[in-house]
Amino acid sequence: MALLEVRELSRSFGGLRAVNAVSFDVADGSITAVIGPNGAGKTTLFNCICGSLASDAGTVQFDGRPITGLPPHRVAGAGIARTFQTVRICGHMSVLDNVLLGRHLRSAAGMVAGMLALRRGRREQEQQRAVAMGLLERLGIAGLADVPAGGLAFGQQRAVEFARALALEPRLLLLDEPAAGLNMHESAELADLIRATRDRGITVLLVEHDMSLVMGISEHIVVLSNGQRIAHGPPREIQRNPEVVRVYLGDEYA
Amino acid sequence: MTAEHLLQFVFSGITSGSIYAIVAIGFNIVYNATGIINFAQGEFVMLGAMIAISLDPFLPLPLAIAAAVALTAGIGALVELLFIRWLDRPGVLRMIVITIGVSILLREVAHHVWGESVLSLAYFTGNECSSVCILGACVSPQVLWVLGVSAAIVVGLTLFFSLTLTGTAMRACAASRPAAQLCGVQVRNMVAIAFMLSAAIGALAGCVVSPITQTRYDCGTSLAIKGFTTAIMGGMGNSLGAVAAGLIIGVLESASVIALPLAYKDAVAIAILLGILFFRPSGMFGSREAGALREF
Amino acid sequence: MPVGVLALAMIAVQLLCAAAGVDYYLTQLTMVAYYGLVIAGLCLLMGYAGQISLGHAGFFAAGGYATAAITTWNLAAAADTPLLRGAAALRLVLRLTDPYGREVVYLSPWIGLAVAVAATALLALLIGVPVLKLKGHYLAMATLGFGTIIYRVVLGARVFGEADGISDVPPFPLLPGVIVDGARAVRTVNFYVAWGLLLAALALIANLIHSRPGRALRALHGSEEAASAMGVDTARLKLHVFVVSAVLAAIGGVFLTHFNGGIGPSEAGILKSVRYVAIVAVGGMANLWGAVTWSAVLGFLSLRGYFGSFDDAVFGTILVLVMLFAPEGVTRSPYVLRAVAAIRKRVAGGAA
Repeated sequence: MALLEVRELSRSFGGLRAVNAVSFDVADGSITAVIGPNGAGKTTLFNCICGSLASDAGTVQFDGRPITGLPPHRVAGAGIARTFQTVRICGHMSVLDNVLLGRHLRSAAGMVAGMLALRRGRREQEQQRAVAMGLLERLGIAGLADVPAGGLAFGQQRAVEFARALALEPRLLLLDEPAAGLNMHESAELADLIRATRDRGITVLLVEHDMSLVMGISEHIVVLSNGQRIAHGPPREIQRNPEVVRVYLGDEYA
Repeated sequence: MTAEHLLQFVFSGITSGSIYAIVAIGFNIVYNATGIINFAQGEFVMLGAMIAISLDPFLPLPLAIAAAVALTAGIGALVELLFIRWLDRPGVLRMIVITIGVSILLREVAHHVWGESVLSLAYFTGNECSSVCILGACVSPQVLWVLGVSAAIVVGLTLFFSLTLTGTAMRACAASRPAAQLCGVQVRNMVAIAFMLSAAIGALAGCVVSPITQTRYDCGTSLAIKGFTTAIMGGMGNSLGAVAAGLIIGVLESASVIALPLAYKDAVAIAILLGILFFRPSGMFGSREAGALREF
Repeated sequence: MPVGVLALAMIAVQLLCAAAGVDYYLTQLTMVAYYGLVIAGLCLLMGYAGQISLGHAGFFAAGGYATAAITTWNLAAAADTPLLRGAAALRLVLRLTDPYGREVVYLSPWIGLAVAVAATALLALLIGVPVLKLKGHYLAMATLGFGTIIYRVVLGARVFGEADGISDVPPFPLLPGVIVDGARAVRTVNFYVAWGLLLAALALIANLIHSRPGRALRALHGSEEAASAMGVDTARLKLHVFVVSAVLAAIGGVFLTHFNGGIGPSEAGILKSVRYVAIVAVGGMANLWGAVTWSAVLGFLSLRGYFGSFDDAVFGTILVLVMLFAPEGVTRSPYVLRAVAAIRKRVAGGAA
């Protein structure tokens, strides 16, 4: 049984079938990539899995339990963290605070405890701060902890979002185009980071355009085109698949 | 409850409903051109009537009304110039609050110029005692004026938006601002025209209904709320929907006195507003996708 | 820390007033503190949770009217029932004599406070669930609509005194020697009660903002999607904050009603709601201290009548100017900052 099982997932916008009966598995402890030309439905697929978009049909099972149709915060509670294509961090909060947001589900202080600044709450805050700082150190941005996140460079913002997602202690990490806007050096660092994350026991599913990154780190690749899955398999097979080549490069190269 | 009674309520309802529809159309024109909901729309109605009332002793009635409409249109242009024009892609919240502030300012200016008195414009034909009997219900001839002027406004605007170059340019702005700009449309001027147009029709509506409902410096606010309800109910941006919605709301409000104490009559429109916002924010005629097509 | 600073400042203000012989200023300053509770709650809602409310005066009035209606409800006829005798035993009943020598029995303001808070919390829950699903214009209009409904209800209902409101509301004895009352003799005590209450509320809010739910709240304002993806139940959080802000407003309403000895329908009107929004905007939406300070200054000037008949116009103008030139609050306006920088440069140049 795979960690994530997507079956016949479909989502339309008006007359457009953005995702059309897509099925695939994500094996536990693997790095899986979803690729496809622009408009293939990759981000819509992600959004359906994470709950920010409702699917029209199909099911998603995570660790044996159905998560289809759950709202995003419940999906997060099940153990799935995600990053966004356009970085969604809170600009007016510090980097540390942004990462601490990821610890929300791992801490418990409620509104009353918060207002009264109870000792239990404060101790919990200290512990969470330590965890968050550890993550920032691992990503090499510990020095930026108190900087307002809005003023950071794009690559640094991506790192903050990554740290925040890791802070959730997820079993599955969904990365939406993590290499977009990164140069070759940063992409290589990202590849190392993703591998290190997988080595720590977190399964990774990513949507990506950067082929060298995808081919370099993925164990399993799913190819979408016009909302449908047209191929899946290890990188070597995908590279040789004529359908995939045709979809990306046109008929002359098939 | 006789048929005449019922008909009386219906007439009263479609009279006030027509005004709500005109206010709603005013909202729609500005919304279509800018995406902004101009809370000061109700104040334009009030100002039109008040200015006409002040000019009435000095000018023949039609001229006083024409002057009032023109002056209010000028105020509309001024509002656009001072508060809207130079804002750079403002957020929704900011615009809501600004237009509320503008409506308060206009209201307080009116408060200081005309005081707290309840005023009304002279009847266009006849006086407060004349009545015309239709199908057994007797109404003031002013009611016919209201219905006639409202219909004329709707027809006039439809013709303007479909037949004139300016109207088409405004519809282009509503559909896609950048595309319109690329075609050479002066979008800023279109926005000013939108404000002037909505102010003008508001003023005209205010003048024609003033003999029946009377006017006070603070009558703009409740008109704005009811006009907004009408606009949403008809589908934001859809002016023919606004007409239908206005008539429905007017009649419901009028008929509510059968069941509710008079003091709660004003709350009927708000209850309708809340009902729509919660259950069908796209309005009676709006579909969710059509909401994106903001044309007249 | 700012709580301490504000506390010291208010003590200084009181001593100054006593020294300058303008003790009567304390009355307006006390009222301003109670309005400050509304502002604090609204700041939390608008600035931190990012939800606009154009009907918050409705919650203030709900609290005030609830306690006014309860504490002026003559229960002399039922005075011998077991329920009231039990309440009397708990000291929750006031027995007074009216000007005609008849005995009147009122429920204690503590019950008024409890009912006001419970009723307003319930109201906010009922209103919040559907309203907070809306966004932008629709949210604003829905809150406006609810505020107007509350206004129409208190204006039209006999039990709320219709257009005259409710008067002869009894003072609120809090502790032996500490009574919420507008009488001159207890002016100073009331000043400290009011500001103590406000400062306590501010301290609680400040704590909240720095805690786990406070972070979730700030994240909600920054990016609702991100907060949701990190496990924050955004709908529930918005609702909780809405209720907290409503209850704060209601508490302000309760205390002010007992201080003033009455309440009228204008407290629920849209002009009041707009005024509150204007003050939060001026201070900087998410700046609690700024909002409270501006509230105190503008409120004081307004209550002392310095704006004359232009009162509403002034707040309307402030609202427009702030929204045009300083939407992040006066202290963060690019125009103000540029002016300050220019002045600094000139001073530095002059000193060199």
